[in-house]
Amino acid sequence: MELENNKKGWNRNEMAQKVALDIPDGAYVNLGIGLPELVADFVPEGREVIYHTENGLLGMGPVPEPGQEDPELINAGKKKITTIKGACFFHHADSFTMIRGQHIDICVLGTLQVSETGDLANWSTGKPGSVPAVGGAMDLVSGVKTILVITNHCSKDGKPKIVKTCTYPLTGKAVVNCIYTDLAIIDVCDNSLFVRELAPGISFDYLQEKTGAKLNQYE
Amino acid sequence: MINKIVKSTTEAVADIFDGAVIMISGFGNAGSPIELIHALIDQGAKDLTIVSNNTGSGEVGLAALIAHKRVKKMICSFPRTANSTVFPDLYTKGEIELELVPQGTLAERIRAGGAGIPAFYTPTSVNTPLAEGKECRTFDQTTCVIEYGIKADFSLIKCEAADRYGNLIYNKTARNFGPIMCTAANNTIVQTRRIVELGDIDPECVVTPGIFIKRLVEVSHPADEAKLVSENRRYPWS
Repeated sequence: MELENNKKGWNRNEMAQKVALDIPDGAYVNLGIGLPELVADFVPEGREVIYHTENGLLGMGPVPEPGQEDPELINAGKKKITTIKGACFFHHADSFTMIRGQHIDICVLGTLQVSETGDLANWSTGKPGSVPAVGGAMDLVSGVKTILVITNHCSKDGKPKIVKTCTYPLTGKAVVNCIYTDLAIIDVCDNSLFVRELAPGISFDYLQEKTGAKLNQYE
Repeated sequence: MINKIVKSTTEAVADIFDGAVIMISGFGNAGSPIELIHALIDQGAKDLTIVSNNTGSGEVGLAALIAHKRVKKMICSFPRTANSTVFPDLYTKGEIELELVPQGTLAERIRAGGAGIPAFYTPTSVNTPLAEGKECRTFDQTTCVIEYGIKADFSLIKCEAADRYGNLIYNKTARNFGPIMCTAANNTIVQTRRIVELGDIDPECVVTPGIFIKRLVEVSHPADEAKLVSENRRYPWS
């Protein structure tokens, strides 16, 4: 395929679209705060996906029209939302029963670091003086069957986010199944990283250079 | 006759004592009983331990209670949000304690407290700093950490409608921690947007049964916390 304007990598919407393509029809899905929220905009036609928000709703709908907002109808990121037909509300212990009791199929999270064995660090930099905040992240990684990570490949200061061993405090050990970045889609299998798809204009060698752990190619 | 309705928020919080453990409902702006918290600020109880998911925003509601140095310790999952500066400032200066709990573990500890379950095991937080120093056990090859039920002296709860028995319904995602916190306190105090007659809430639709409720007060026009914060309002109102 010819590349437009020597395009390199995927933008945020394209990354979210890649994740959405891997969510099967009928899945119950929890989306983390930030980039993961975009995934809801790209459900392929013909698929029905139910979004769970940890603060007590199954069946999260799109952003409300101006004037239709309700301050008591928000998502985990505290943004105003709507409900779909067939939605239901419940209290926090039921909400986390869905998460911790392995009833949610897929969770999409952002991250600070992911290791080659699927360790996730996304709640604290551990810096002295910083205020730690964990929210539902540890419950999600311990209770949800499939954990997908969507993230820029490198941090704002250019350091790899995919590393051999996480240096930030862990959210969970060996929990990540797949990583979607602006440069590639990478599966975590048998404690190793396998490149499933390269973004336009990205070579395997370039990707390896931007990654802090060994990458493998599928045979 | 059973009538749990009191006339004012002042009366509702009058017996809260220094050193009390208080659960406060809400997730972000949704479900926080701001008017009860403001009555508690006026009442003056101090050295409080507060159990709530967040630490409030701006300088109203829970954030105002913290700003007035009434809170000794916070037990919560997410003590920083946009517009949240009061808690982070005091925490950084070492002037307030924090017990950070994963959100699902927090909900389950409250549920357990209300159900008379002293402790339970969960895989959440294993292999992380939040499990350090805690007793672990392995069940079916899964390592789990012990967590303890939480009981409170008081819970402050916001709901949508209540009858004089204390049967409650909530509004949308403002339900969040309300129903479980109602069960886990010796004295559950509720502010409700509407008081309705007995029987007006379909028994099939009651969310919190009245047995868990001690006292109710009608607050028919509760403040929208996000709006107060955007207007830079501070409690007490100046």
